[in-house]
Amino acid sequence: MKKTVVLCLAFIAGFCIMSFELIGGRLLAPYFGSSVYVWGSIITVFMLALSLGYLIGGRYSLNNASLTRFAGIFIAASVSMLPMIAGSEMVMDWVFSMLEDPRYGSLFASSLLFLLPTAIMGMIAPYAVRILTESTYSSGQTAGFLYFVSTLGSAIGTIMTSFYLVLWLEIDEVFWLVSGLMFCAGVFALLVSFTEDKMTLSHTA
Amino acid sequence: MSLYYPKFIMFPCFVALNLLLLANPLVAKTLHKEKSLYRNIVISEKLQQRCLHFESRKKAIASQACINLKNPDELVFQYTRSIMAGLAYNSNPKRILIIGLGGGSLPNAFAKILPQTEVISVEIDPAVRKLAKQYFFYNESDKIKSVIQDGRVYVKRALKQKQTFDWIILDAFNGEYIPEHLLTVEFLTEVKNLLNKGGIVSANTFTGSQLYHHESTTYQKVFPELRILKSSTKGNRIIFACHCHAIDVKLGFDSELVEQLKVLNVNLPNLVSRISAAVDWDVSAKPLTDQFSPANLLNR
Repeated sequence: MKKTVVLCLAFIAGFCIMSFELIGGRLLAPYFGSSVYVWGSIITVFMLALSLGYLIGGRYSLNNASLTRFAGIFIAASVSMLPMIAGSEMVMDWVFSMLEDPRYGSLFASSLLFLLPTAIMGMIAPYAVRILTESTYSSGQTAGFLYFVSTLGSAIGTIMTSFYLVLWLEIDEVFWLVSGLMFCAGVFALLVSFTEDKMTLSHTA
Repeated sequence: MSLYYPKFIMFPCFVALNLLLLANPLVAKTLHKEKSLYRNIVISEKLQQRCLHFESRKKAIASQACINLKNPDELVFQYTRSIMAGLAYNSNPKRILIIGLGGGSLPNAFAKILPQTEVISVEIDPAVRKLAKQYFFYNESDKIKSVIQDGRVYVKRALKQKQTFDWIILDAFNGEYIPEHLLTVEFLTEVKNLLNKGGIVSANTFTGSQLYHHESTTYQKVFPELRILKSSTKGNRIIFACHCHAIDVKLGFDSELVEQLKVLNVNLPNLVSRISAAVDWDVSAKPLTDQFSPANLLNR
């Protein structure tokens, strides 16, 4: 049960990261254009944020790793997107008037807008490995399967967003969708975690 | 039975055929090919007409710009001639902004007929400007200038600098690919705010797809009145609109201007007579915004 839940959550996180990244590109276009350097800025910031997230997530998994804490990462990622959704226009306007070069403008704006939520999302993968791993022997297989699921989520998030979501929803609605999905995923994991705790308690009683 | 021709017959035939093709004025000759940051650009020449194409997988590649080498002043495309009908709304613009340089035929035409006017062209691709200078006689001066930048970024920056223009020409679309951030209510509002009171905007747009309705309502949302000049042959249409209450043609054209325009192969009275105010699109189509701009997905 726990295993399936963690894998489902990893899939959702993979989906959300790529959806967030693609829509991030759309968000910047009115201020910085949609040239190759704008995408360069966004990808740089996402890669940097994910690398930091992996580092921090791995570190965080050393102390009392639990499904409850795992759920907390999802809720934190969801909440960290809210200031971005509310203040993106203000931030981009400020950066636009401060930096003339659209390369550094887009890099700085994407750092301000996307670095924190993406870094928190990056914590999910190593933390999930920690929860799923049962033995040293099978750890490689566990990690491999987890990457399979989460990267598949990313692929589906990419195609869904670029082919359909942009036709069905407004940009802010996609941000709300991503944030909402992460939040629901977190709440779901919390519920599972509490029922599991109850079950173990009743077993021991 | 196998057909076998000895090499000494085949080779001269092959050479002769090639020579024939090269010398044949009916076959387009490729003068230059270039991979730029944004696209593959081809310059070709046929029957004294030199054109710039953006290469695509489609067989018939649409030309972006052409000049008639026998008469370089002539505006070859119907749509560029149609854009000139904007002079019927304002015959003496002091500052013109063109988004999308192409071969530079519009700035060249303005240099010819409005020598006192400042013309700024914004082009995203530096290779296009280089080739316009090299192959299409595009010359810059203190009046004719260009900036290599994204059109949207230029407009936003110009607004911050409190620049103004009398005429803004939007020519960054090529039927196949649309820069989506240049076709939104927000962008057109920025364009409108960059215009002096009474200033006009002319946009080259396409008619063939579902996008037609969305594009039309997008312009309608920003400008109170639209005037449409459809091309008689291809699927182009030029939208005219103004930063004013009502857009109206100035009656009685400057006869000198009409004569000057003839050199460019532009018949102003004829163009003006074809301008229509008819609304032939679905007014319930959702306008495109920065939040909702799947222009390329709708353009199918």
